[in-house]
Amino acid sequence: MTIVVVMEQVPDVVEELAIAPSGTDLDRDAVSYVLNEYDDHALEEALLLAEASGDEVVAVGIDTTGELDQTLYTALAKGARRAIKLTGDFEGTWLSTRAAARLLVPVIQELGPRLVLTGVQAPDDLDGQLAPTLAALLGWPHASVVIGSELVDGVVQVRKELWGGITMTLELELPAVLGVQAARQAPRYVPISRVRQVMREASIETREVEAPDGLVPAVTTLRVPEQAGRAEILTGSPAEIADRIIELLRARGLL
Amino acid sequence: MDPSLKKVAEVWERETAIVEGMDISGPWNRMFGQRVIWDYSPDLIEEIAQLPGAESFAWCYQCGKCVPVCPVDVVGDYGPRKLYRRAQTGINLLDSPDLWLCTTCANCLRVCPKLVDMVQIMPAAREHAMLTGRAIPAELQEALENTAIYGNPLGQPARKREAWVKDAGVPVPILHQIQRPVEWLWWVECYPSYHPRGIDASIALARIFNALGLDFAILGREEKCAGDSQRLAGERGLFEMLAEENIRTLAKYEFRHIVVTDPHALNAFRKHYPKLGGQYDVWHYTTLLARELPKLQPLLTKSLPYRVTFHDPCYLGRHNGEYDAPRQLIQALPGVEFVEMLRCRENSYCCGGGGGGMWLDSFAAGHQRRRLSEERVLEAVSTGADTLVVCCPYEVSRFEDAAKSTGVEGRLRVRDIAELLAEAMGLIGEDAA
Ligand code: SF4
Ligand code: SF4
Repeated sequence: MTIVVVMEQVPDVVEELAIAPSGTDLDRDAVSYVLNEYDDHALEEALLLAEASGDEVVAVGIDTTGELDQTLYTALAKGARRAIKLTGDFEGTWLSTRAAARLLVPVIQELGPRLVLTGVQAPDDLDGQLAPTLAALLGWPHASVVIGSELVDGVVQVRKELWGGITMTLELELPAVLGVQAARQAPRYVPISRVRQVMREASIETREVEAPDGLVPAVTTLRVPEQAGRAEILTGSPAEIADRIIELLRARGLL
Repeated sequence: MDPSLKKVAEVWERETAIVEGMDISGPWNRMFGQRVIWDYSPDLIEEIAQLPGAESFAWCYQCGKCVPVCPVDVVGDYGPRKLYRRAQTGINLLDSPDLWLCTTCANCLRVCPKLVDMVQIMPAAREHAMLTGRAIPAELQEALENTAIYGNPLGQPARKREAWVKDAGVPVPILHQIQRPVEWLWWVECYPSYHPRGIDASIALARIFNALGLDFAILGREEKCAGDSQRLAGERGLFEMLAEENIRTLAKYEFRHIVVTDPHALNAFRKHYPKLGGQYDVWHYTTLLARELPKLQPLLTKSLPYRVTFHDPCYLGRHNGEYDAPRQLIQALPGVEFVEMLRCRENSYCCGGGGGGMWLDSFAAGHQRRRLSEERVLEAVSTGADTLVVCCPYEVSRFEDAAKSTGVEGRLRVRDIAELLAEAMGLIGEDAA
């Protein structure tokens, strides 16, 4: 049986982000991309499930960056059996989550998995809509903020985080869609020699798709947020710092 | 006769034994009955020894010479003899914390009569552990992932690699900007580009190069980690990827020699890049500066009232045979009194940073009485020195942290040779670095 993991590359914020001269996009020549960290956890959770159940993991992604191969080869090196890349004319656009879900659904239906896992959120999906939208379009049950899962007797038991440190365990009928917050264990390391071996020996399946009309948001302006406040680091001996803190509190009428 | 004693083996003795004309008769020539000598399974030893590069693991004949010279054994329970013995008794090195504790310092190899070579065994065993899906310590995983993504283990943006240059106060030409041939390509490496204390030494060295009128330039953002310690930590594939990229970058520029700050880069360029097609004339900066001493000496005008001792980096000394250049430079410093530590030169202790140890600090500390760096700063203090001189970028931060954690911080300062030279040349202040 099959478990699908949906993976996405996102701009790496370790490198400084620059805005393109158009003012409506990032300077894509200067941006480097990394795997969305929650998708990395989704992959890990899927691999752990598959190791226990004998399922086959298929990694699926929409290539909006032109660099998705790297991510998919790494997934194959970690243990995914197949990797499928959806390509199309996405350059210079940001797909909305709904558009992404629409593109993914036909592939998922074709694969007929019993589980679909994806990251609970992504920098371009901060409200975590991808997993629920996929579930809605597929008509399958869904759980998000998942922090652990297990396949037992034809259902999936998932642990999900609620609030204030409370977790809940629930049972979903299969097939189901999970938005993963954290895998049961930290994503595994795969040595580069294995990735390079996979790049020589395995191949990524490619499907041409078209971005659905009207679901690609038109960006009017993109800018770096203005500095709202300022932090001051107090230096000096502990006594000097203490004096300075008292002074600051007094100045604000708090002492 | 004690009735509780029983006779267990017949002892047969030839009255005379003559072998190849030599009379070797005597009780010492006794033949005992047959004994089982394979009390233990050789399987776990074989599992390691069948890995390419790790063959010598099986050659150990348990003489024990390696144990007292192993820096990890000094603070723990280690050494090739012990690893072999543990494998005999059923402990799989691949699943044991031991797999990550060797710093590949090569001191055991120096004394081993059987040439059991941990410098090759360890990377092979570690790679095998990774390839067979065994978990690796989290700190190491982070450093390796950072290196793969950013080209440096610190996880710093590639573009910031040349940012230190603007604080140098002297010209530091960058090849992608100047587009002209240079005599010396200075391979700065990661810690000297990003770590605050590494940058201090880089600035000192940049000023010295300028004072000497050296025709040099750096690669800046195009430089990626040379990758030697990642290779020794078991990531051969990552090393090859970095080396291929670096070799491609170097091919774009014209230069005569490479000068490196980092002995680990020296080791990579000398021994491993040639196998991938990168042939260069590579110098450690201490070797270059020692050669320039006639020009340098008159510039060393300020007397430094320090009592200093020197730590030989494993990858400069034992691995690449350079013991004298750093000492010549130290002895050229006016006013400085130089004392050796007991463990020096060929038998130098290890700072613990090699072979991936730089990224296994907490892991290793959990398996040792104290860190190797802590053991070393205490040794430095015991010489009465007030300054520990180093010339490997891993060491300034390692030893400074160790001086803090052992409480000798106020008594021992850690300085790169470049910092002391620049100070004696009046190029930096005492505390600027
Ligand atoms: S010195 Fe060599 S042969 Fe002797 S115990 Fe150590 S590894 Fe074995
Ligand atoms: S290489 Fe160094 S740390 Fe490793 S076993 Fe030998 S002496 Fe010990």
